Amino acid sequence: MSMSSHRVYLDYGASKPVDPRVLEAMAPYHMEQFGNPSSSYSFALEGREVLEESRKKVASLIGAKPSEVIFTSGATESINMAIKGVAYRNRTKGTEVLYSAIEHMSSVNVSKYLARQGFTVASIPVDRTGLIDLDALKKAMSEKTLIVSVMYANGEIGTIQPIRRVAEVVHKSGSYLHVDAVAAAGQIPIDVNRDGVDLMSLSSNDLYGPKGVGALYIREGTRIEPFIHGGGQERGLRSGTENLPGIVGMAKAAEVILPEMASESPRLAVLRDRLIDGALKTIKEAHLNGPQKERLPNNANVRFSYIEGESLILSLDMEGIQVSSGSACTSKTLEPSHVLMAIGLKHEEAHGSLSFTFGKGNTQEDVDYVLGVLPPIVKRLRMMSPLTPKDFTA
Amino acid sequence: MISMYSAKVMEHFKNPRNMGEIPNADGVGTVGNPVCGDMMTIYIKVKDDRLADIKFKTFGCGAAIATSSMITELARGKTLKEALEITRKNVADSLDGLPPIKMHCSNLAADGLHAAIEDYYKKKGGNKN
Repeated sequence: MSMSSHRVYLDYGASKPVDPRVLEAMAPYHMEQFGNPSSSYSFALEGREVLEESRKKVASLIGAKPSEVIFTSGATESINMAIKGVAYRNRTKGTEVLYSAIEHMSSVNVSKYLARQGFTVASIPVDRTGLIDLDALKKAMSEKTLIVSVMYANGEIGTIQPIRRVAEVVHKSGSYLHVDAVAAAGQIPIDVNRDGVDLMSLSSNDLYGPKGVGALYIREGTRIEPFIHGGGQERGLRSGTENLPGIVGMAKAAEVILPEMASESPRLAVLRDRLIDGALKTIKEAHLNGPQKERLPNNANVRFSYIEGESLILSLDMEGIQVSSGSACTSKTLEPSHVLMAIGLKHEEAHGSLSFTFGKGNTQEDVDYVLGVLPPIVKRLRMMSPLTPKDFTA
Repeated sequence: MISMYSAKVMEHFKNPRNMGEIPNADGVGTVGNPVCGDMMTIYIKVKDDRLADIKFKTFGCGAAIATSSMITELARGKTLKEALEITRKNVADSLDGLPPIKMHCSNLAADGLHAAIEDYYKKKGGNKN
């Protein structure tokens, strides 16, 4: 049904293609070097070496020691392990678990799960741009606070948090800081020591690595309970035979993206700004969601008054453009994005928001194509909408 | 293009029938609300107890727009009694079905039509007095 030969993918936050160099690095570990790193003969010991080399590469991305990195099945598992593991291991200290109101659903739902298990859970509000309210955090903190989750940057509205200042507040109460760096890693420089992070969740695919693998950084000395018990792999914190091809892929992705960030992130920031400026200039009642500065280089989020996101997505898809929306109609729960609600948008504003996330394949031509296609689509849907004011002229 | 919607839904989404307002409509019905993400207004013109004209305006997803468009096709020219018998299911069936998740939230067009007819009866009743 496609009406367009163009294909402009602007949803890199949802899924990224695997970098060809990553795929190449992974290839031998499927059929040739398939040994189990836990075995004792030389064939398998090579695998053990590769595993530790991989750990080193992922650690380098965030300034960690290799021994502080655990491989998991993805960021969702990392987040589960971090929050539940710390909460259960440190129960004698207290029962409080905190998270920012714009955390990823896995942090939100792990925290809600803990509330049902008897922990005291609260979310910390953010301002209109998504920045965490540090005063509210200070007030919510106590000696009984076990762990606080604040994402490094939000993948939907692009807000980069002042993690170091968050860490100062969290550490005053002797609590642990867990940082979901899925959207930030590979986009902006991260250093767990500079930033004062105790636990950090990472995803391989968000680095252009394979899906189904992730990592959790656990600062030395952090008290954490394992949840996957078995053969004692990953220092006993995460049992199960290591996914060596996936781990090698994630490591290669980290190794590739780290030096390329210096040129790729500014390139994407130019595309991002071109899209935001163009959309706001050519479309009336188009507004930027999230901050103007301190924003992820690959994220633009714009809301269009009087119209709904799914019909925008359908219309853009017919022109070959793929984006995400904060609309309830595009979610499994039929609720609008909790992130957009947390920054104080009205329901209808959240419904009419589009999230554009840029990546390697995007060019200036892509942005200009979108800027050409978008205004008439918005105009058409506004003509159909009973919410559009009578005297409104696009 | 693979879509969650039927070809018919997409066709109505792309080329909606009878979109717009009727000035001095005989009946107007608005259902849904922007909080849910779907809201539609149906305008009708009645002549000799038949729907001489029907138009819609809709804020919402593809399904909401397609069902609005479809109801105008189903109802136009029908007597008010016949129009009141059009159900949500008739609308969905005429579009070769809707995804299950859309059956409740976005399939409001029949309700909108019924609301517009009720509004017509109410106005007519008022005129008599």
